[in-house]
Amino acid sequence: MQDLANADCIVIQGSNMAEAHPVGFQWVVEAKKRGAKVIHVDPRFTRTSALAHSYVPVRAGADIAFLGGVINYILSNEKDFREYVLAYTNASMIVSDRFQDTEDLDGLFSGFNPETNTYDGASWMYSGCEDSGRSHTQAHADRETAAGLEYESHGASVPGDLPQDPTLQNPRCVYQILKRHYARYTPEVVERVCGVPQEQFLEVCEAWTANSGRERTTALVYSVGWTQHSVGVQYIRTGAIVQLLLGNMGRPGGGVMALRGHASIQGSTDIPTLFNLLPGYLPMPHYTHHPTFAKWVDGMRNPGQKGFWSNAESYAASFLKAYFGDAATAENDWGYGWMPRLTGDHGTYQQVLDMIDGKIKGYFLLGQNPAVGSAHGRAQRLGMANLDWLVVRDLYMIESATFWKNGPEIATGEITTEQCKTEVFFMPAASHAEKEGTFTQTQRMLQWREKAVDPPGDARSELWFFYHLGRRIRERLAGSTLPRDRGVQALTWDYPVIGERGDEPDAEAVLKEINGYDLTSGQLLSTFGQMKPDGSTSGGCWIYTGVFADGVNQAARRKPGREQNYVAGEWGWAWPANRRILYNRASADPEGNPWSERKRYVWWDAQKDEWAGEDVPDFEKKKPPSYRPPEGAVGVAAISGDDAFIMQADGKGWLFAPIGLIDGPMPTHYEPAESPMRNPLYGQQANPTRKVYNRPDNPTNPSPPEQHSEVFPYVFSTSRLTEHHTAGGMSRQLAYLSELQPEMFVEVSPELAAERGLEHLGWAHIITARAAIEAKVLVTERLVPLRIEGRRVHQLWMPYHWGGEGLVTGDSANDLFGIVLDPNVLIQESKVGTCDIQPGRRPTGPDLLRYVQGYLDRAGLGPDHHPPIVTARDTDDGE
Amino acid sequence: MGNSLYGPLDDPATDAGFTEAPPRMGFFTDTSVCIGCKACEVACKEWNAVPEDGFNLLGQSYDNTGGLSANSWRHVAFVEQPAPAHVDALTEAGTQFLGMPLSDLPGRVTDAPRTDFRWLMMSNVCKHCTHAGCLDVCPTGALFRTEFGTVVVQDDICNGCGYCISGCPYGVIDRREDDGRAWKCTLCYDRIGDGLTPACAKACPTESIQFGELDELRTRAAERVAKLHEDGVTEARLYGNDPDDGVGGDGAFFLLLDEPEVYGLPPDPHVPTRDLVKMWKKAGLAALSMVATAVVVFAGRSK
Amino acid sequence: MIVGVRTWIEGWPVYRQLTGTDPLGRGAAAQSPKSRALTARTETADRVAKSVCPYCAVGCGQRIFVKDEKIVQIEGDPDSPVSRGRLCPKGSASLSLVTSDRRQQKVLYRRPYATDWEELDLETAMDMITDRVLAAREATWQDTDADGRVLNRTLGISSLGGATLDNEENYLIKKLFTAIGAIQIENQARI
Repeated sequence: MQDLANADCIVIQGSNMAEAHPVGFQWVVEAKKRGAKVIHVDPRFTRTSALAHSYVPVRAGADIAFLGGVINYILSNEKDFREYVLAYTNASMIVSDRFQDTEDLDGLFSGFNPETNTYDGASWMYSGCEDSGRSHTQAHADRETAAGLEYESHGASVPGDLPQDPTLQNPRCVYQILKRHYARYTPEVVERVCGVPQEQFLEVCEAWTANSGRERTTALVYSVGWTQHSVGVQYIRTGAIVQLLLGNMGRPGGGVMALRGHASIQGSTDIPTLFNLLPGYLPMPHYTHHPTFAKWVDGMRNPGQKGFWSNAESYAASFLKAYFGDAATAENDWGYGWMPRLTGDHGTYQQVLDMIDGKIKGYFLLGQNPAVGSAHGRAQRLGMANLDWLVVRDLYMIESATFWKNGPEIATGEITTEQCKTEVFFMPAASHAEKEGTFTQTQRMLQWREKAVDPPGDARSELWFFYHLGRRIRERLAGSTLPRDRGVQALTWDYPVIGERGDEPDAEAVLKEINGYDLTSGQLLSTFGQMKPDGSTSGGCWIYTGVFADGVNQAARRKPGREQNYVAGEWGWAWPANRRILYNRASADPEGNPWSERKRYVWWDAQKDEWAGEDVPDFEKKKPPSYRPPEGAVGVAAISGDDAFIMQADGKGWLFAPIGLIDGPMPTHYEPAESPMRNPLYGQQANPTRKVYNRPDNPTNPSPPEQHSEVFPYVFSTSRLTEHHTAGGMSRQLAYLSELQPEMFVEVSPELAAERGLEHLGWAHIITARAAIEAKVLVTERLVPLRIEGRRVHQLWMPYHWGGEGLVTGDSANDLFGIVLDPNVLIQESKVGTCDIQPGRRPTGPDLLRYVQGYLDRAGLGPDHHPPIVTARDTDDGE
Repeated sequence: MGNSLYGPLDDPATDAGFTEAPPRMGFFTDTSVCIGCKACEVACKEWNAVPEDGFNLLGQSYDNTGGLSANSWRHVAFVEQPAPAHVDALTEAGTQFLGMPLSDLPGRVTDAPRTDFRWLMMSNVCKHCTHAGCLDVCPTGALFRTEFGTVVVQDDICNGCGYCISGCPYGVIDRREDDGRAWKCTLCYDRIGDGLTPACAKACPTESIQFGELDELRTRAAERVAKLHEDGVTEARLYGNDPDDGVGGDGAFFLLLDEPEVYGLPPDPHVPTRDLVKMWKKAGLAALSMVATAVVVFAGRSK
Repeated sequence: MIVGVRTWIEGWPVYRQLTGTDPLGRGAAAQSPKSRALTARTETADRVAKSVCPYCAVGCGQRIFVKDEKIVQIEGDPDSPVSRGRLCPKGSASLSLVTSDRRQQKVLYRRPYATDWEELDLETAMDMITDRVLAAREATWQDTDADGRVLNRTLGISSLGGATLDNEENYLIKKLFTAIGAIQIENQARI
């Protein structure tokens, strides 16, 4: 985070950093004081824009067109950092001659299958290895299981050593394909699609490129303004491509900074409570892809592949040893047979729809409030009302615990308290001050928290709850002879208990299990390189191995920042191996020298024959830049001395992703699932591979080329305020925060206010196919109507913090959204949708349902009507 | 008595009887880096246990606090306005007064062409004046000048008479409805006495609020203004830093990006005792002898 | 308690005003005993726990001051190289978050079809939840699919966690649920 101060330019897009990460923003202010230029690109002028040198208003949902324009500017003006691009990216790789671009196919890539709405990825592959591409069926399974998330710690697999053209002239090399793909993303097109005046767009391009290269670096900052889209992963890919072309990755003051939104949301991904992952991004076993331990491991490491992922068997075996201890043996494949299997999409949104359908009996909510915080609030609440039982663990009384008596559906008559069967347990939780353990912050850094006091009353930690729930379950099943209970019986669950009450599991013991042991000596492991595939090591999360290096809780280190260099490697511990900037080998040139004195970070020390620098080198310490792998080398030995991106299968930063993404090898502008606009670039309107749930209770507002999009003529977006936190459970309960933002509101431009007769501080209500909610109106010039394709497009904005419980209450913005997801990671599109807004309060009671039904009728949205997925010209009747 | 009541005064603490006073401490609030997060408001309330101030959506941009009061000792003002390049032209067209509560939009200008935007934010606070009107009119000794040169209300002395409220040229000090006593920023007298930073300045994410020795803050502020001018931010100016102003300079002063009125600050504040000085010369001696008599009488009776 | 007259007189502001260095009675002479005795409550704390802010993912350092087993102040840790002692409004409100009397401290139970909460003993609640987990698992268990492929799971149980859970907690949650075959385990990280 503090490395932002080293940037010469900071582009913040898809993030309202000053409001959502105010303390992190101090480093932007610091950079600004040192002379850096700060640019904010956002649909709305925010407190971040207020501190930026330039604010660029952009249409919500058009970021790929904007960044694609930046790529086009770089390539058509040859502003790329050519030495970096040649050495560290896949620019010179030759792609299959079967590849066809969206430019040729009206918005689809080659290989599209309209039956499954997925791609056969063979033609996206490098020339000569088309067989390694993903098939339709694999792509379908990948989408169902959000397989894209597995690449958080490593790239997808491709064979090594393939034909290249270092002159970048071959028309089928990545560089030329990229250039053609973005050739149409001219400043004129950016203006038409995004509503950004050309001069303003070019100002960004010039600042970004002028502040990149040997001597200078630009940092790119994003948050969920990019992720929460039906093309979210591709938004981030576009940013990464710009940063690779300009040589900003792995360098001080550069990189792509993902600002995550919660104290340990990074930790919740690394040690996931996610359906499709196991700790360290190991995939949850899939019933057809991973029938055996060997297949599971091969699915991760792709035999013959180079890089650290080739040791997947060691990580996998050590993981199962951590779970099942002595019961995990070579004979039983380390207990792999006890693991449950996925068959498809078991994500949170699928679960909610299954709850509505009565398929799920019990639900645990652990510090989470989906009645307010998840898209389609009504579906969330109706789902919870159809459970047998619900356990809510939280600090305060939240909406998800009281839907049966206070939810909006009580007023509409959709839930009747006396007829709602759900049994609800509210279990008070311990706060962060009342338990010890680690959070992993946004830059992969673990920080240990000391416990200050015991929790009050019945409040307990999740650690306590799950340890004792597990203890009880194991006691009940101890005598069982059923095969299904064998895994529970074999589970290592003998954590020491400590504390005043004598029943709190020792979090440090759990962190040690996560770190892993050498089981022969009983010593804690220091790096994942020590892990073995023979059952002689354990480790609950291989990427966290080293957090207990030398037997010391490294996450608890607190050497004051002012007593170390700015990288502050002795404060907490970052995965992997305490590296603070990933891929920092790229901060040196291929020969191992810093690109410039000004941007020194990690370099080859020829005297000592090792890598040295400010940070832990993200490279084998003793492998010289001149190292070239011997013929036939695999795994780590196959990584060349100048392969800076060591976790990528080919050691390169990918400008073109031949595998690993479901929606295409290069980002392409698609309209959001709900848009008032026809896609100005392609017949294909929206992401053809997006994950949809076509059900009567999940309608989508019509978008062109369908008729009736005028019923929902405005674009809306939602996000956070500084003064509140997510669904409000930790802020609307506190007087000092509630008084700062006491009411739900909607921001509109003076022009929209005039068009709809909205008054400042008066009431308005906002309507989508899912709901109508009300809010106070703030008329502000911070929102501007944009001119898109000759049309005036109004955007409005709402915070999403409100609900029915707490000191300050109000309608929930998330009720407005339906459920449509990014295909790679199954994250919902909740940063953009279409709506109508009208003055005055919304109807109440059953009238509200009739009112929304009126909109559905006018929009032609019968229960079985769902938008077409493929609208490219071949199949498009609307054009 | 020198400039005890008006005009420049080197060290108000020494003037107030602290013979070995530490350096005068104060706040420099640099609004050019304020992100309007209101951490100052919350940190102040948490430390000083200041009551909440009501849950009212005011619609003054993002300001729902409204102003400094007995229950809000820091207040972040938000001003939405056209960019400075256009200000002159717009002034011609008749700019509205932007700083104080408006029933309409903050920063809205009738018939103004749409321009780039400026969103100004400023964390306001008690100025801890060199010549503090509140202190000078306080009849009970509840308000006093500390050894740090700051001005503090002592809640164990205050009887709620309210004279101080009209004595403050900034409209800062205020009576709390439930207990009737006067309350305002103490510059965290308890914290600074132990060598700690006041809660607001400690929390401030961007160092918009800086705490320190006033002399050093004034130097730092002058450098910051010069730097901003050099960077083309010619509208940067200091407010409350001038010992020759109507309150003898503020212990809490500001770097602003527009006229003080825009932020709701008085352009030319002066302490009521500026006029008192003239009167004092005539009446002062008489008043003092009356007090002296009272002391003797009271002491004698208590024996 | 007898206070000597001299002490009493000397403690009296007007006396100090007339005889001391503060003739206008606005400073040293006016300072009350309470004011003179003021000290920051962080200075008198029994202990300080080094912690981390529970709101966003910047990971600001916090110092939690404890006196008589009560948290009396939470503020930024100036040692942190990430936050340098600073906190945003939410982080600054951590003291309220932890000590508010609005916090729920009792287990509450809503019976099916009931119109209100009732209190429940913690141990009883744990036993009841254990019963329900095992019953849901039993009722929805899948050994294999129709083609005999191993599934080894239950789709009867769901979980959605917030991202203020500790790594150690997430680890135990995932471990226990995986071992009992519950796969529908999700987190804010998906949202």
